[in-house]
Amino acid sequence: MSIKDAAQAVMKKAVQAAPDGWMPGGTPDPLIRQKHGLIGKPVSRLDGPQKVSGTARFAAEFPMENMVYAALKYSTVAKGRIKELDSAAAEAAPGVVLVMTYRNAPRMKPAPLFMSSDKAAGGDDLPIMQDEEIHWNGQPISLVLAEAQEQADYAKSLIRVTYETEPSVTVFEDAKANAEQGVFQGQPLLLEIGDAEASLAAAPHKVDVVYRTPRHSHNAIELHAATVGWDGDNLRVHDASQGVAHGAWSLAQVFGLEEAQVHVTSPYVGGGFGSKALWQHQILAAAASKVAGRPVRIMLSREGVYRIVGGRTLTEQRVAIGAQADGSFDALIQTGMVAMGRHNNMPEPFILPAMSAYKSGSFKLAVEAAKMDMLANTFMRAPGEAVGTFALESAVDELAESLGMDPIELRIRNEPEKDPTSGVPFSSRHIVEAYKAGAERFGWAARKAKPGTHREGEWLLGMGCATATYPYYRMPGGAARITLTKDGRATVEIAAHEMGMGTATTQTMVTADRLGLGMECVTVNYGDSHFPGVVLAGGSQQTASIGASVIAAHRELITELLKLAGKDSPLAGLDADEVTGRDGYLCKADELGRRESYVSMMARIGRDEITAEATAPPPLEFTHWSMHSHGAMFCEVRVNAVTGETRVTRFLGYFDCGRILNPKTAASQFRGGIIMGLGLALMEETQFDERNGRVMNPSLAEYHVPVQMDVPEIDVIWTDIPDAHAPMGAHGVGEIGITGVGAAVANAIFNATGKRVRDLPITLDKMM
Amino acid sequence: MSINVNGSSIDLPSDTRVSLLDLLRDHLDMVGTKKGCNQGACGACTVLVDGERILSCLALAVQYEGRSVTTIEGLSTEGMLHPIQRAFIEHDGFQCGYCTPGQICSAVGMLGEVKRGLPSNVTGDLAGGSITLTRDELCERMSGNLCRCGAYNGIVDAITEFAETIK
Amino acid sequence: MNSFTYARAVDSADAVRQGAAVNAKYLGGGTNLVDLMRETLERPSALVDVTGLSSAITEREDGSILIGAAAKNTAVAENKAVRTRYPLLARAILAGASGQIRNMATVGGNLLQRTRCPYFYDDEGSRCNKRVPGQGCDAIQGFNRIHAILGASSACVATHPSDMCVALAALGALVHITGSDGQRTIDFAELHVLPGENPEVETTLRPGELIIAVEIPALPFARHSVYRKVRDRASYAFALISVAAAIEIDSGVVKDVRLALGGVAHKPWRALKLEAALTGQPATDENFRAAADQELADAKPLTHNGFKIELAKRTIVAVLAELAGDLS
Repeated sequence: MSIKDAAQAVMKKAVQAAPDGWMPGGTPDPLIRQKHGLIGKPVSRLDGPQKVSGTARFAAEFPMENMVYAALKYSTVAKGRIKELDSAAAEAAPGVVLVMTYRNAPRMKPAPLFMSSDKAAGGDDLPIMQDEEIHWNGQPISLVLAEAQEQADYAKSLIRVTYETEPSVTVFEDAKANAEQGVFQGQPLLLEIGDAEASLAAAPHKVDVVYRTPRHSHNAIELHAATVGWDGDNLRVHDASQGVAHGAWSLAQVFGLEEAQVHVTSPYVGGGFGSKALWQHQILAAAASKVAGRPVRIMLSREGVYRIVGGRTLTEQRVAIGAQADGSFDALIQTGMVAMGRHNNMPEPFILPAMSAYKSGSFKLAVEAAKMDMLANTFMRAPGEAVGTFALESAVDELAESLGMDPIELRIRNEPEKDPTSGVPFSSRHIVEAYKAGAERFGWAARKAKPGTHREGEWLLGMGCATATYPYYRMPGGAARITLTKDGRATVEIAAHEMGMGTATTQTMVTADRLGLGMECVTVNYGDSHFPGVVLAGGSQQTASIGASVIAAHRELITELLKLAGKDSPLAGLDADEVTGRDGYLCKADELGRRESYVSMMARIGRDEITAEATAPPPLEFTHWSMHSHGAMFCEVRVNAVTGETRVTRFLGYFDCGRILNPKTAASQFRGGIIMGLGLALMEETQFDERNGRVMNPSLAEYHVPVQMDVPEIDVIWTDIPDAHAPMGAHGVGEIGITGVGAAVANAIFNATGKRVRDLPITLDKMM
Repeated sequence: MSINVNGSSIDLPSDTRVSLLDLLRDHLDMVGTKKGCNQGACGACTVLVDGERILSCLALAVQYEGRSVTTIEGLSTEGMLHPIQRAFIEHDGFQCGYCTPGQICSAVGMLGEVKRGLPSNVTGDLAGGSITLTRDELCERMSGNLCRCGAYNGIVDAITEFAETIK
Repeated sequence: MNSFTYARAVDSADAVRQGAAVNAKYLGGGTNLVDLMRETLERPSALVDVTGLSSAITEREDGSILIGAAAKNTAVAENKAVRTRYPLLARAILAGASGQIRNMATVGGNLLQRTRCPYFYDDEGSRCNKRVPGQGCDAIQGFNRIHAILGASSACVATHPSDMCVALAALGALVHITGSDGQRTIDFAELHVLPGENPEVETTLRPGELIIAVEIPALPFARHSVYRKVRDRASYAFALISVAAAIEIDSGVVKDVRLALGGVAHKPWRALKLEAALTGQPATDENFRAAADQELADAKPLTHNGFKIELAKRTIVAVLAELAGDLS
């Protein structure tokens, strides 16, 4: 049997087990057809009252009895060994309970590296305070526990350390010499179709340029924190986490425990954006707690976050497009280099957008990783796409300019009918509609085709556009539990996360619609590793993962309910696919009058509650469809002709992300992504001193993120066309917003000034 | 040596190093006031002292002896949310919720400043007595409160709506 | 942060008495000092809280204004006389920091702000002559986009971060100081010093001396003045370049001009060469540019801050042209 046959056999079985719409020949999620429910209505956040009143407790806000406070000290060299470490003064300082170093830390295994297995959560797989070795500038070398935070911080400042340094690679240009092929999600980041270089050489019109993007930091406003304690061999962790199941399993590996012995909860997360994974602080806090025999609260300083929580790495991307006079692409080349830590595997996959954005006669896409002695770089909002679309969509604009063609028109002319590199059909793609409607709404027609020709006083005005794109993901491992009680209320439990995306609210709406209950009768519990499912809040996949999990659990529940209700129920003889929930009743789907209320069924069954738990089917939809979200991004800027300052005055994102479940929270996700994109475009850069590999702006005063005054009113709108192959017809919307923004801004700046900046961020000095 | 927090008299800590922020969070378990940078660069720790907004992370608790501090917990009374808190919910003026208490306290303090005619960096005529709370005025005055989730538009809408109701 | 004692001064004599203690520091709003203490860059063993001293803002008969050093930044910007007679000062204050910080920060403290040089802040990982005299300076070959273009030395290229001080420099303010040897008054220009070989010395204050007031002399043409700040985001960021200026024009000729630059040097930079060059000359863009060129003639760029030279010139010309345009 060939691999393809084997895959098809697996598919067939999967279809039989779960004939959902995301399988070929399956029926779409019935909720897609349902138009009268909660889905699509703007619902305010259910956790809003807690958040606005300060009663929502975050990771560092759970008290534990007899708790002590931690402070970390970090290395100041990039590579080498600790020569001397004198902690005597720290140990003698008032209030100090423990000074932990490699000498007295308990033996631990390295954290399993994220994506090395399905529940691995570690940012790197280095030893954690186990020896004298230093692997990056900023590595934790000591942890102090004291009765009060002030005491721990002061004692930490008394620790004296010297190093024997070893040769290190902290200069990107030096690292390039030993670059390796990037491998992402098990696949080499390399794709060649045809002879792209030859096609480029032969093309009558071309652009061939290099773009650069710097390192970025997530800068969630909540500092990374955890409150941990041991009860015998059981570890309790209040964490700020986008992967509670991942965290619990990974901590269990580190400490040699059973997974169930580690309990991680994370009811609120103060922003994640890819950063709230398992880094050394949770592990070190747990280790110190074990040694000291007392619960520990650790909250990194802002500097600490920069020292030990990785960010997005830098990229250097060549984009070359060869085109005919009518704009059709003969060659699309996007290749380049990223910096990567030696002990992680995240070669920022900037070529992902180019794999499906445009049709072209030939392709050459490749990412190489240059390994450096630096903190592990990691996932940050739209990893790959955020910076990849900057280069690709800037280059398309440059080509349009050289062709004398409207940049929207050029994009439409290269719109593919099917995925241009995999050849499979798109599950849902309406980017041309988004562009046309967006252009109308934004007033694109008023754009001056000739750059630098619209001036008002000191200010030069311009408009730019770019395509946003992000894949639809659904990771394996999703599972959920639903409990129906005799009063007709339902509770969902799933190890998912609420970091501000609106998950808790939206999934309550969806579950209420699915069951035919009011929102007040449904509770969704999440953020607890003891709940079912391995559901990462990442890759914009959580909505789909929860959706598929709840569909599976719901089918189990209804099947069980119908079975137990027996032949006296008006629904006798029907199976789960023949019924639907409405107004507290279970009804025959095509004969709504034949129905029985949940309360009545539960009474008939004579049970207080019925619980069903199920696992979502494996995500095989990707083998049949190319699944992506899209957006048409429009930006208007003013650039000061005197100072080079850029102000974004208008922005429109027209999104095509399937069905929008809760317009209120989705709009916030879109806007939030766009605003982070404005930061990426104009001001954000983690300054890495190449002389010693040290981050030199580890502060919110010196690392600039957009403030209120930088942000105009942002118009967001969507096609709302369901993707029949996704649960609820919906795509996740967390990352799409940041994609395309960098290019839309850069293109608008070019239109305003005639100056093309290919090196982010576009600070005023680059406009001088 | 005491300080008034939301109407209650609180003994000041003996350790002079304790910031007003850590007094609230670590000593009083009033965790509504957030720590986002501990260096005066994010605004998450904003509280009101005698009605004026300040950053509690840069405030040594001892320096505020005898003063009246209002935190986010003090804005809602008997479980009833303050109208500006309700406006933040209605206009989705937050996502993760971490910067939110600071945003709300800052907004309350800011509106007091506008009311008494304090100009801002974008005020056209400094000699003019009263301030019109334009979008630019509001944005400039709230720029000391970072929101990494990017709920800025909703924050503007929430504050604008609340400001209308107290005119 | 190390342990320290804390006491409030009841008056300036009490402050000076307490401030004479070994390793004592005066505490204003704390917006810079508390941060520096937390970073262990400042390690006082005693803090003398001087926020209870005079914060009065007084218009005097000679036309000057006296501002008590304990006045909050907000109070100064809000003061009617400051707003109408010295708008550049109100605007400079309002361009700085955030509303919350301005509510805390005092005038005296603002004058004594320390640099934002990241190598100065990096206590553990970088060399800094300002922190540890003789250690070396990692900024000169490092990230120095925000650093000085004027008056720097081989020992230090840091800049003074204050906005308010730029306006005070332009206004030719006076600084009232008290100490164990009694009171004295110095020109604002004499308060801060260039780094030279001793960048750890930032002011001419003697040990234990306390700034008690800032005096702004009468300067009628300052009613028409501007503060323009150029920075990396629209608000809540330190200046890359700032310009405080006032100009008096009579029949198209510059009768008097005051101009100071921020973000360019270890101290707020009064543009004396520019002022001299422009006085008596026709108020034209060409002359503004020529004077700016003269002022910046000695500017020395580092690796990343060369843009500041042109930016400073352009901003100067734009500010003066704006003022001249309003007056014509």
